[in-house]
Amino acid sequence: MADFNQDERAQREAIDVDRSKGDFKYEENYAYDAGVGLNPGVVDYISKVKGEPEWVREFRHRSLGVFESMPMPTHWATNDLDNIHFQEIRYYLAKGQKASRTWEEVPDDVKRTFERLGIPEAERKFLAGVEAQFDSEASYSRMKEELEKQGVIFCGPTEGLRDHAEIFRRWFGKVIPAGDNKFAALNSAVFSGGSFIYVPKGVKVAQPLQAYFRINAQNFGQFERTLIIADEGSEVTYMEGCTAPKFETATLHSAVVELVALKGAKIQYVTVQNWSSNVFNLVTKRGVAEEDAEVRWIDCNIGSRLTMKYPGVVLRGKRARGEVLSIALANVGQHQDTGAKMIHAADDTTSNIIAKSISVGEGRSTYRGLVHIPRTLRNCRNNTECDALLINERSRTDTYPAISVRGRKNSVQHEASVSKVSAEQIFYMMQRGLTEGEAMSLAVNGFVNDLVKEFPMEYSVELKRLIELQMEGSVG
Amino acid sequence: MPDSLVIRNLHASVGERPILKNFSLTVPKGEVHAIMGPNGTGKSTLAKVLAGHPDYVVQSGDALVDGQPILGLEPDVVARAGLFLAFQYPSEIPGVTIANFIRAALVARQAKGAPFDAKAYYAELYAKMDALKMDRKFTSRFVNEGFSGGEKKRCEILQLMMLKPRYAVLDETDSGLDIDALRIVSEGVNAMRGPDTGFLVITHYQRLLDHIVPDRVHIMWDGQIVHSGGKELALELEEKGYDWVKKELAHA
Repeated sequence: MADFNQDERAQREAIDVDRSKGDFKYEENYAYDAGVGLNPGVVDYISKVKGEPEWVREFRHRSLGVFESMPMPTHWATNDLDNIHFQEIRYYLAKGQKASRTWEEVPDDVKRTFERLGIPEAERKFLAGVEAQFDSEASYSRMKEELEKQGVIFCGPTEGLRDHAEIFRRWFGKVIPAGDNKFAALNSAVFSGGSFIYVPKGVKVAQPLQAYFRINAQNFGQFERTLIIADEGSEVTYMEGCTAPKFETATLHSAVVELVALKGAKIQYVTVQNWSSNVFNLVTKRGVAEEDAEVRWIDCNIGSRLTMKYPGVVLRGKRARGEVLSIALANVGQHQDTGAKMIHAADDTTSNIIAKSISVGEGRSTYRGLVHIPRTLRNCRNNTECDALLINERSRTDTYPAISVRGRKNSVQHEASVSKVSAEQIFYMMQRGLTEGEAMSLAVNGFVNDLVKEFPMEYSVELKRLIELQMEGSVG
Repeated sequence: MPDSLVIRNLHASVGERPILKNFSLTVPKGEVHAIMGPNGTGKSTLAKVLAGHPDYVVQSGDALVDGQPILGLEPDVVARAGLFLAFQYPSEIPGVTIANFIRAALVARQAKGAPFDAKAYYAELYAKMDALKMDRKFTSRFVNEGFSGGEKKRCEILQLMMLKPRYAVLDETDSGLDIDALRIVSEGVNAMRGPDTGFLVITHYQRLLDHIVPDRVHIMWDGQIVHSGGKELALELEEKGYDWVKKELAHA
């Protein structure tokens, strides 16, 4: 426990220092501010600001009650969760259009990181919080126009629930009910931001939909809510996050993402996230796949103080397929608690989980997997591979697979490995002229290589650079 | 000596155990020197100490690459100073292709941010692979993973040819090679011989020296060189065996 307290103190000190630089300052020019702490008044305030219908307001209030009644899941998860002080958090803060700081106030290391990632000037300013609005309006509206022709709805939850209730209400909060877990309940009470997408029957959206363009036009949400419905025979890829580090004032991020793939539909959901190391990132993601449908999660978690995220698929129709490909990198002072859930609920369903984790220094990675195939089903298959790479002696990795497969006609295959980057490997690479950091990042990139190949091109390139940055920073 | 690999009065140990004992040797650029000696005499230790392996402790002495001291430097700094080590047991690097590995090594030698000529790189890589009779498919295989002994050594020589160091230390490159592979590897090294490169060939057996004919041969015993001569010394040693060294030279 002493370590936690020390960690916490160190975190606070770090934040205080940044605050004095103007990095984390709360200006008085926010147009909308729900204030500090969580209570029914805050929920009312958010609902009112957003002009929501009464049923959404009621949903929020019910969810708040659920949140308050549920214990912190520290009986299985890390005690670090107890360091979240819910009454010290701001649950809704909208900046309006005003910049909160100047480029000169942005710390040099942040600027260098942007440079290394090759982020265009305009975007750098947005990401650093210098410009409240990144000039992506043009690309977004072009994209939106294209989509509207096909009948695709791509908006935020506020507009979705207000303007398209007949489509979204049926599924909203159904894949992940408020009572699913404490943080899903919290999100359900205070959600804002995120994406609501509906793809009509048979429409195959050619270009991946990027949250980046749309959400950048507003503010990044702390409590994002995303619901994607792919109607029969449709296909869509959604990309969330970006590889640039986010410099957040808020230390708690808790998103809920629900996916619905109707008969024969395909949804691919890609996340690459790089949180600053003061962030608790506690996310619930789940998809439902109906007959012949496919839900695929590609999930990369880098950074944060603690990430807890286990994307899942409920295989509800015959021949449905579910897949989770995940990469987690836990650097010093970070804990990546990630995994996957596959719930088989129909015959002939298949699922595949490939999870790779990298622990650097005192970084800790945990894999939790759940595969459930009940006795009554036939011809269900699951394949699970989880591989951990440790960078040095103090790194830690744990695996908690929970596999319940019954019935004689079903099969499951589970492979797990733990490997280490050896001193001899590093020496060999350094003898060829690579610095220690370069050698490590090459080894790590090699470890995730086969998985990264499955990623959309632009993400795999960025991910590679991101790993390089992480590894460079990790060697003395 | 500016144009030489110079090792002077080198003492080095593993833990408490002294291995190199007042070892001295000079390899002028453009020459091939062979070090022969029985197992456990410190040949591989010499190679690793020069390359900056962290397991070895240098007590005293110098090593210089064209006048630049290299002892105590990080292995990558030594490598970029121009010293290449062909490993006796090269490490596997899962997931990293040979093409990407050599490319990364070349990029590490460039000025930061300088553009990399990928087209010229692949042209050269393919030409060198052809010379070493390596299948093009090798470019996309992971470094040393699942390689046979001969494939590993060919991969080392390919890296040597691509990185073009000032000095190359070949540590038991002949071990694990059949006669055909031995010839191919030797041809690769011979093709690199010239005024710009010095070679230090470490070997237990004379047979490698039939293919890579050395300018000088040194016999190593108990952490130091006890006898030096021309290429005929290797033949003499082959004929008389290491017992001869023990009896005649060890006390020298």
